[in-house]
Amino acid sequence: MQIHHVRRGVFAAALFLGLALGFAVPGAVASARAEEIEVKIDNFTFTPQKLTVKAGTTVTWINEDDIPHTIVSTGHFRSKPLDTGDKFTFTFTTPGSFQYFCGLHPHMQGSITVEATTGSLEQPRPNGESQ
Amino acid sequence: MSAHDEDTKDGVSRRKVLECMTWAGTGVLWTVAGGVPTSLGIMGEAAAQTTGMTFLQISDSHVGFDKPANPNALGTLEEAINKVKALPAKPSFMIHTGDITHLSKEKEFDDAQKIISQAGLDVHYVPGEHDIIDEDRGKMYLDRYGKNAKGAGWYSFDSNGVHFIGLVNVVDLKGGGLGTLGDEQLGWLENDLKGKSASAPIVVFAHIPLWVVYPAWGWGTEDGAKALELLKRFGSVTVLNGHIHQVMQKVEGNVTFHTARSTAFPQPAPGTAPSPGPMKVPDDKLRGLLGIASVTFKPGSARLAIVDQPLQG
Repeated sequence: MQIHHVRRGVFAAALFLGLALGFAVPGAVASARAEEIEVKIDNFTFTPQKLTVKAGTTVTWINEDDIPHTIVSTGHFRSKPLDTGDKFTFTFTTPGSFQYFCGLHPHMQGSITVEATTGSLEQPRPNGESQ
Repeated sequence: MSAHDEDTKDGVSRRKVLECMTWAGTGVLWTVAGGVPTSLGIMGEAAAQTTGMTFLQISDSHVGFDKPANPNALGTLEEAINKVKALPAKPSFMIHTGDITHLSKEKEFDDAQKIISQAGLDVHYVPGEHDIIDEDRGKMYLDRYGKNAKGAGWYSFDSNGVHFIGLVNVVDLKGGGLGTLGDEQLGWLENDLKGKSASAPIVVFAHIPLWVVYPAWGWGTEDGAKALELLKRFGSVTVLNGHIHQVMQKVEGNVTFHTARSTAFPQPAPGTAPSPGPMKVPDDKLRGLLGIASVTFKPGSARLAIVDQPLQG
């Protein structure tokens, strides 16, 4: 599992991602708390398959298979086909449960639970890691 | 009732699926009579024995694929078409059971067309999931191949007394599901079969296997059983699929199921690898795992012979 807690250069990274992908970048305060998480696609499997993230988290899927995949969350988003090495990024701003699957191989499934942010920068995360 | 019938009622366990499959060997001719597949011998003998209408199946050409499992998928497609051109008797036509391209790109469709047209045969296509991932999700495929088709590209036609039905089971797939035909297409199929004599031989072709081969890898069609129910009253039904890039055959009552090799790359046998996907084999083994299929129908005998011909070996 690869989870990156980005502390430095967060604003620049968020701004870059925002500009690159055409997403609105929330204010500097909100983006300072943003996290970036990576989901690998390998052997027709999403890893990690289940994720719980804070609102505002940017998730990037990377296809490491020799076959294209797509990321589809019905009613929410649909990626272009990702060839080997291609990435798809989505920023989860709304709390809720997001089920997704591969539009080409629908037996491949994953889910992301987005929790509301508490508003406190210094509050420890539930799993004990500090922000 | 055969063991196969019982299996499909309650969902099929992996063990039973594997038990029920007949693995067809390289270049072996299968003649189906009375629901029992019989091996008649190798291809040379077969060619001498068969007269009647012959058509070809090619599948999964994945033009644009360039990964280690086969860096030149266009080249092996050309080798397959050269095999077709070299056949002693010219087949009536060809069917392509999908995944013509790898990424639904204009150039991939163009390249495929350039090579496949060299066979000088009419080609009847159905799309694979790789053919409908353009921006408009299938428009490019339909613009090229869907002129006389309904819906996402399904249609039927008759040739030499055989009724051919091309189905699409790669559109609007649902999370956790398998291939899907959908109610609209099933309704069309019911209508299409209405009034057809039960003695009319039927050939159904689609990309993903219509029967459930291996659900853990998504190899099957969710509502394939509904289509088979509509075909139940016919005395001779042959279902030809691709998608799994290997030869597999099963007979259930009057229905023969058969999958063809890819012309691009092999995939592992069900359950023998952590996942499906392109399988890298030694270079000198690749062409033994790629190939085409020829299908011969003898009028009056309701016999249908399928010959799988590898590119090499």
